[in-house]
Amino acid sequence: MFEPFHYEFFVNGIVAAGLAGALTGLVGVYIVLRKMAYIGHGLSHAIFGGAVVSFVMSINFFLGASVWGFFSALLITLTARKRTIGADAAIGIVTTASFALGIAIISKYKTFTRSFDAALFGNVLGVSDGDLLALALVLSVTVFTVFVGYKLFLFTAFDSEVGRLYGVPTGWVDIMFSLILAATIVVSMQVLGVTLIAANVVIPPIIARMITNSFKRMILLSTIVGSINGIVGIYVSYYIDVASGATIVLVGSTLFVLALMYNTIRTRHHGIWSHFRKKPAITRIPFSSGRL
Amino acid sequence: MLHPLPHSPSYIDPIVSIETLTGGYNGESVLESVDLTISRGDFVGLVGPSGSGKTSLLKAILGTLDVYDGRVLVKGVDTSVRRPRVGYVPQLETIDWDFPVTVEEVVMMGCTMNFPLFPWATGAQRKSAAQMMENLGIYSLAKRHIRDLSGGQQQRIFLARALVGDQAILLLDEPTSGVDIKTRDDIMHLLHELNHQGITVIMTTHEINSVAAHLPRVVCLNGRIIADGPPSKVLTTEILTETYGGPMPVIHHNGMAIVVERPHRFGYHARKGEDQDSAGLEHQDIV
Repeated sequence: MFEPFHYEFFVNGIVAAGLAGALTGLVGVYIVLRKMAYIGHGLSHAIFGGAVVSFVMSINFFLGASVWGFFSALLITLTARKRTIGADAAIGIVTTASFALGIAIISKYKTFTRSFDAALFGNVLGVSDGDLLALALVLSVTVFTVFVGYKLFLFTAFDSEVGRLYGVPTGWVDIMFSLILAATIVVSMQVLGVTLIAANVVIPPIIARMITNSFKRMILLSTIVGSINGIVGIYVSYYIDVASGATIVLVGSTLFVLALMYNTIRTRHHGIWSHFRKKPAITRIPFSSGRL
Repeated sequence: MLHPLPHSPSYIDPIVSIETLTGGYNGESVLESVDLTISRGDFVGLVGPSGSGKTSLLKAILGTLDVYDGRVLVKGVDTSVRRPRVGYVPQLETIDWDFPVTVEEVVMMGCTMNFPLFPWATGAQRKSAAQMMENLGIYSLAKRHIRDLSGGQQQRIFLARALVGDQAILLLDEPTSGVDIKTRDDIMHLLHELNHQGITVIMTTHEINSVAAHLPRVVCLNGRIIADGPPSKVLTTEILTETYGGPMPVIHHNGMAIVVERPHRFGYHARKGEDQDSAGLEHQDIV
């Protein structure tokens, strides 16, 4: 049971997966409640383009992918504000173009020595101390930002339009979260892979939402569920020899099904008791007049 | 029957002054040369067709409408210089009722900008929110999820949020839209009570007979102000026809103006082969 912990790469991987899970779970609460789930999916693909470009230009991966991700996030946020375009179309245009650029460069420069499988699907073997440090740093900044700006995030997520009327800088809050999301994707790429990060941003908050009706508890639960999901996913991936990102998402999907069952049973249980409650009398009036 | 005491705004103390305002969105004007003065303690209903600029007028007072000409003063301060602190209640239809938030959390949102970068509410803020919930009769529901409340209670949550920062002006966007008759009655009584406590109330409504006709002051709007005054003077066939751009016959009954909703040709009377004028509307009642 503890055999894999003898390997340094596994310990690094499991810590990274726990941190990445917590980070995506935390950021995901805002993304899901703002109904921006598609942005997570799109931005991860956009950042792949940045990663490829930074590799070709021999720029530090974190730096290149982060700058690319930040600009993509800003471009999406600003384009989405145009009434004639809309958020979904803006994400579709910006992210697919960026992803296509990455693919085009890979197909052009066939002399690549580095495999991009890890970036696409996640690979726990490749987690370095630098990756761990970056994850810890982004998680710390995100926790601090969410803690300090809690009230602003709550109002913006609940009702952005009215929040603006109350003086909340909702535009800045959206930009801030887009940037945090971009940073989250960049540092989680090695563990989860760009194609599967979006699932990890969405699944933990939805599980948390099914369990609680409180915003505070949802944040806490989503972070914990994301972290557990990552740790269990890596552990299982070691034994079944499947890409870490895919296993983490499959574990998350299983947890989601369990939460859905719990939610359904709870609702039905409530429904069963309602049969025994005394029902008020109904006054029935026949439609004899025929005039409606 | 609304509040029994007479309504007495202070006409020497304007709290909102809109001076030849032309404004809108993305360069397109929604309001043209609007002049309106609202006194402290006023209770004003804005009526007009959809797209007539009712909500835009509220946004002008809130300082979020693009102003192309003129100016809006709230408590003597130009809204383009400083955004005013005004209570605002949105339409209930726009609320995400599945959002994981309790009654207390929504009410506390009204204090968000007091200490925006401080995660907890201060003791004074909590006390103020509790007092407001107590005043509006929802204190016992503070820990409940917002979806678990009735329509009237839900409207009180957003009234409490709007008023928690000791706001003197309350703006409401169609507060009685989509609620049943009893809830509508409760909301209107509550607004009259708040008005009699000194709060200036400005609301938009589509319900002329059941809401606007009972307000002390009605403003008819359609891009510009068509009429402004008490319902008995403003709710006439001519003014409403001009406001809505279509026939709006008004009859008076027991001193109250009532807009007649004439049965359509494709309704009951059409099936019976009757024309609209035989549906019980006496021409001599129309004013």
